[in-house]
Amino acid sequence: MSNDREAILGRVRQALAPLPTRAAAPDWERELVLMRHARGAVDAPALFAERLRLVNGTPIASVEELVALFVSSGWRRGYCDPALAARLRPAFPAEIVFETEFDRTRVDDYQFGITAAVGAIAETGTVILNDAATSRRLAALAPWVHVAVVPRRSIHVDLPEAVAALGGDPNIIWCTGPSKTADVEGILIEGVHGPGVQIALLVD
Amino acid sequence: MKFQQIDEYAARLRPETKASVHSGSKAGHEKRTKVLFDHFIDPDRLRRIAGDIKQHVVENLDTYLPAVEAKLRANGVHVHWAATAEAANEAVYSILQARGARRMVKAKTMVSEETELGRFLEKRGVECVETDLGEFIVQIDGDHPSHIVKPIIHKNRREIATSFERHGLGAYNDDPETITRRARVHLRHKYLEADVGLTGANFVVAESGRIVLVTNEGNSRFCLAATKCHIAMVGIEKILPRDRDLGLLLNLLARSGTGQQLTVYTEFISGPRGPAQPDGPEEMHVVFVDNGRTDVLASECRDILRCIRCGACLNVCPVYRQASGHAYRSVYPGPVGAVLSPLLAGERFPAMADLPKASSLCGACNEVCPVNIPIPDLLLRLREKGKREGSDAAAAGTPAMGGWAVMASQPFAWKAALAGGRIMNVLPTKYVPVAALQAWQSRRTLPTWRGGTFRTWLHDRRKQQSQAGSAAPRN
Repeated sequence: MSNDREAILGRVRQALAPLPTRAAAPDWERELVLMRHARGAVDAPALFAERLRLVNGTPIASVEELVALFVSSGWRRGYCDPALAARLRPAFPAEIVFETEFDRTRVDDYQFGITAAVGAIAETGTVILNDAATSRRLAALAPWVHVAVVPRRSIHVDLPEAVAALGGDPNIIWCTGPSKTADVEGILIEGVHGPGVQIALLVD
Repeated sequence: MKFQQIDEYAARLRPETKASVHSGSKAGHEKRTKVLFDHFIDPDRLRRIAGDIKQHVVENLDTYLPAVEAKLRANGVHVHWAATAEAANEAVYSILQARGARRMVKAKTMVSEETELGRFLEKRGVECVETDLGEFIVQIDGDHPSHIVKPIIHKNRREIATSFERHGLGAYNDDPETITRRARVHLRHKYLEADVGLTGANFVVAESGRIVLVTNEGNSRFCLAATKCHIAMVGIEKILPRDRDLGLLLNLLARSGTGQQLTVYTEFISGPRGPAQPDGPEEMHVVFVDNGRTDVLASECRDILRCIRCGACLNVCPVYRQASGHAYRSVYPGPVGAVLSPLLAGERFPAMADLPKASSLCGACNEVCPVNIPIPDLLLRLREKGKREGSDAAAAGTPAMGGWAVMASQPFAWKAALAGGRIMNVLPTKYVPVAALQAWQSRRTLPTWRGGTFRTWLHDRRKQQSQAGSAAPRN
């Protein structure tokens, strides 16, 4: 394998040696990727909610509203990040069961997963999860319903801003609406491997 | 005259396949155009700058490759190098052996299609499951993907339902939602049982050592949430210089590929899982694959290495829409494939040299390319190479030009041919002994012949002008 390394790098150098000059790295201004609607002052939480709806996600502004949705949808059992459970549990009726451990051998028993997001992107309706903030990767992915708890102050306006804030976590994932496919005849179907319902609960 | 292989394939294509490919690619192209121009004031400028960034990377791979390797190692990632397809498969297999792994789940990666990794591992007793819905269907059918981002664009729901039934995934049901739910149920247990998750990479950032993966279904995320070891197979050209360049490239990739603003999942991986995270790989490997790319780099067509595999050039191409992806006889179909496949074929170049001719050079592929690759120019260079190397495939479908060359270089022969050509003005089309001309003319009428020849007309006109000039009054 180390021979392959030397062989590849040697061939790369040989291939590039005849070039009289090398193309320079161009710089570009953030202005270039600003979307038309995002010019001027932006209310990030409002834009985030609007954009999340466009990708069939569900923005929710208060815990009461979340409880009402759970009750009306019949979601009874799921996972909740232990730190969030302490805060959210009292608002939920007793028949809705929060488990604070995620047992991967019972993956189909969890109708929902409630985990913390580290941020969001307004212009795309994206929630941002990472290894430090999100207690279980599986709990945010395998259940049919995922609730990401997003602090309002953590919402970035656009992609360049979110890229600049990536930071040092080894695994960051941007989730933009429910999991989906159009592989069969181009027909959109939601909930392929990940959640079929993606909720963002905005908190202060 | 012999037809090109791609024409012969297109002529044999079933009408329903042709219809699926045509409508799927047309819809993809229309969505792309709408979303780019609705969202941005100057999308063409985005494409040009993105192209310049990737060209910079291609021309500086000698510094970027060691730099990205050092960064990955510093992040705790094991780095492997593979000069050939076999070496790449062996590298993956040896990682599996070291872990005693027997089960692998795999997200969609085009480079693993190049190396035929799945078949290689199955032969060695490793279960290797494709998890992207389209790739999963391709796998259970023993088929090949026919599009870079929509692998089963050539299949309809009835064929898929039949495959599912044959594979024991329930009784025949061709409802797309039922098909998707059955795949969900079947595959989630495959993830949870697997020892290793394998993915490709859409970008690798030199500055940070981040691997960026984009998917819609969440399958690569599931691979990285359920397994303990992550292997990423990466073509050596996938590098971006800085994190901030992602702000540009990610804005272009999904819009160009599927007309989405952003794919549902965009994952940034810079190493094994974080210390507080119970799920995900504790070990991560990156296998850098050459497999012919350094030959492309040494060629006049190195610009094709900018490609970010969005599939926009397939969707817009009139030839692809008629012929579908399998007509290109290689992993990469469409305009990008017509350039890349013959180059990656190495010694088999002459056999693939017809592909650069499968184009009318209309230029649409260049206009939609998010990294502005001058595909028509590259096709012309490859046509010349095919001709120079005396490839039979390159000559198929080309009329012999020897007679034309003699005629056009001898004034006497040229004038005689022109005089002969005038017969066309009076000879009814049905008596013309050229099939192609008859076909062309059978539905068209020539304008009425008004007499004279261009040369005579020009000569007379010059004469008149010089007379008029000398007769003009002077001040």
